[in-house]
Amino acid sequence: MRQGISLLEMQTGTEGIITTIDGGRGITSRLDALGIRAGTRVTKTSAPYLRGPVTVRVGNAQVAIGFGMAGRVFVQIEESAPR
Amino acid sequence: MNVLLVGNPNVGKSVVFNRLTGAHVITSNYAGTTVEFTEGRMRIPHEGGEPEKANVIDVPGTYTLDPTSSAEEVAVGFVDNMADGDVVVNVVDATNLERSLNLTFQLIERRKRMIVTLNLWDETKHTGIDINVAGLERILGVPCVPTVATTGMGIKKLVERLPEARVPTYASAESDRWRRIGDVIDKVQKMGHRHHTLLERLGDASVRPITGVLIAILILAGSFEVIRLLGEGLIGYVFEPFFESVWGPYVAMPLSRWLGGSGFLHTILVGRLVDGEIDFGESFGLLTTGLQVPFGAVLPYVLSFYLVLSVLEDTGYLPRLAVLMDGIMHHLGLHGMGVIPVLLGFGCNVPGALAARIMESRKERFIASTLMAIAVPCMAQTAMIIGLAGAYGARALVPIFGTLLVVALILGRIMKRFVTGESPEILIDIPPYRIPYIRGLAKKLGMRIVWYLREAVPWVLAGVFIVNILDTLRVIEFIGWLSSPVVSGVLGLPQDAVGGLIVGFLRKDVAVGMLAPLHMSLRQIIVACVVLTMYFPCVATFVVMVKELGVKDMLKSAAVMVTSAITVGGLLNLTLWALLG
Repeated sequence: MRQGISLLEMQTGTEGIITTIDGGRGITSRLDALGIRAGTRVTKTSAPYLRGPVTVRVGNAQVAIGFGMAGRVFVQIEESAPR
Repeated sequence: MNVLLVGNPNVGKSVVFNRLTGAHVITSNYAGTTVEFTEGRMRIPHEGGEPEKANVIDVPGTYTLDPTSSAEEVAVGFVDNMADGDVVVNVVDATNLERSLNLTFQLIERRKRMIVTLNLWDETKHTGIDINVAGLERILGVPCVPTVATTGMGIKKLVERLPEARVPTYASAESDRWRRIGDVIDKVQKMGHRHHTLLERLGDASVRPITGVLIAILILAGSFEVIRLLGEGLIGYVFEPFFESVWGPYVAMPLSRWLGGSGFLHTILVGRLVDGEIDFGESFGLLTTGLQVPFGAVLPYVLSFYLVLSVLEDTGYLPRLAVLMDGIMHHLGLHGMGVIPVLLGFGCNVPGALAARIMESRKERFIASTLMAIAVPCMAQTAMIIGLAGAYGARALVPIFGTLLVVALILGRIMKRFVTGESPEILIDIPPYRIPYIRGLAKKLGMRIVWYLREAVPWVLAGVFIVNILDTLRVIEFIGWLSSPVVSGVLGLPQDAVGGLIVGFLRKDVAVGMLAPLHMSLRQIIVACVVLTMYFPCVATFVVMVKELGVKDMLKSAAVMVTSAITVGGLLNLTLWALLG
């Protein structure tokens, strides 16, 4: 059921489409309120350091997702997606 | 009639609020909670009739009407308790229409009388977004008005169309909300080419590991320098000359002579003369030290601190700092947003303790507010510490603030391990960098200064008054004798220093001020300043913490404070004894 790679493994600067969020309703609904759900396109804008958050761009917004949570969000990378 | 401004955080809701309302604005607490909201008045024009007066409420920002935090619960409470004639102004971020419509659709589902304003309209241009406003209005069946609240564009139109607010004709249901939003977006929004602005690139650089840390160091060091220079400048060129050349010779000294230079009333009002002169630091009368502490020493730093903090807030830097600090804060059982209560605490511990509620779990709120109360001296106290220990320079200030930092790091680790409960992870929106809206900034700064004056000055005067009464009745001497095993034995402080520890319950700045006449050694100054910061919060912070944490958790928190203050004070005393003799 997991498809693709997690936000942690994703390269900074690449784009992908979220396939699954591996978590309970608590996590999915919090992410949902910020516009992050299966089917949305995200671009990773920064990688974590010291197990800090991953930041991604969703539409015009930028969201910081904690390290553990970012490991549960899976994306399908679009190879050399046109920008 | 009530007009409710409802929208996501960081969409310029407060700027819309400032534009709609006049100068008279009040901030109140939502019943039964400590979540604040602001309220103001406006006039709504009616064609051919008298304008209608309305009450405008700036509802706390929320992404959803399914609340996940106490601020969001308050927002939902407002919406659910609307009266029939009330109107929702749904402030939408035009650059993030899809995400914003989630809340809009929830309002639609609850069949609220509403009007939509597409704010930040100017930012749609460089982001290449084209929204068909008339189309959106047709689909939703409510008036939609584009605005740029910071310049005032569209606000007049919004006010004119307020009477047109109505219950939407659009039918939405929770089950397929996202699909419907997608449909609406497809119909009304076209995405063009986006131009990356300099601010955007700077925004990305400030969350990346290496550049981000460099930028954070620059910004924090710069902020510190500005606060120091501005505070020192105001004291040196404005407040000190006023007290020394105007207030002293023309008001306080004549009063002292008129009262005969001594006696009970003289002690209360003017205090003790030092070599026949008033010493604003040491005299300790209501009209001498009682005024010099809040105005002459503390206000200049409070002013410069809140100026810098407000700029950091309004440019959108704080969430980026939270992202950068996240990894470090995890070691303390918090996440990145924990830096916000800590930062606010440096201004005043009261808003710091209030800000702890942005943390999601009980464990995090407990750790954040306890750490802040123990290790973060407020600006009032810091100003007085600089006044007292500044003569020694870095030799005094580095050990004082360095000890507090080390204490925070160690205590955080201990509490992370032993406090039960969850420590959730960070999940926040990072708004783009924005140039602050000056009028809004000035208004916020003004409100914070008025708040400081109203909250602090009475307590300072009460503190000085009580000190004199206790001193006259020899109560301080008695408690000093009682507590001398700890104060003199463990901490190595003079017995009289206990006066400061008593008054510290009221005001920390007055407490540090009381140490000035004792002429202590460098070792004693360092120990006293550290212990005064740690041992207990001032009464105002204490009250807020009881409200926020509950009595039981506050008792635990207080136990942590007292034990760690005595332990750290004792160890510090021994260490300094060994080093300095």
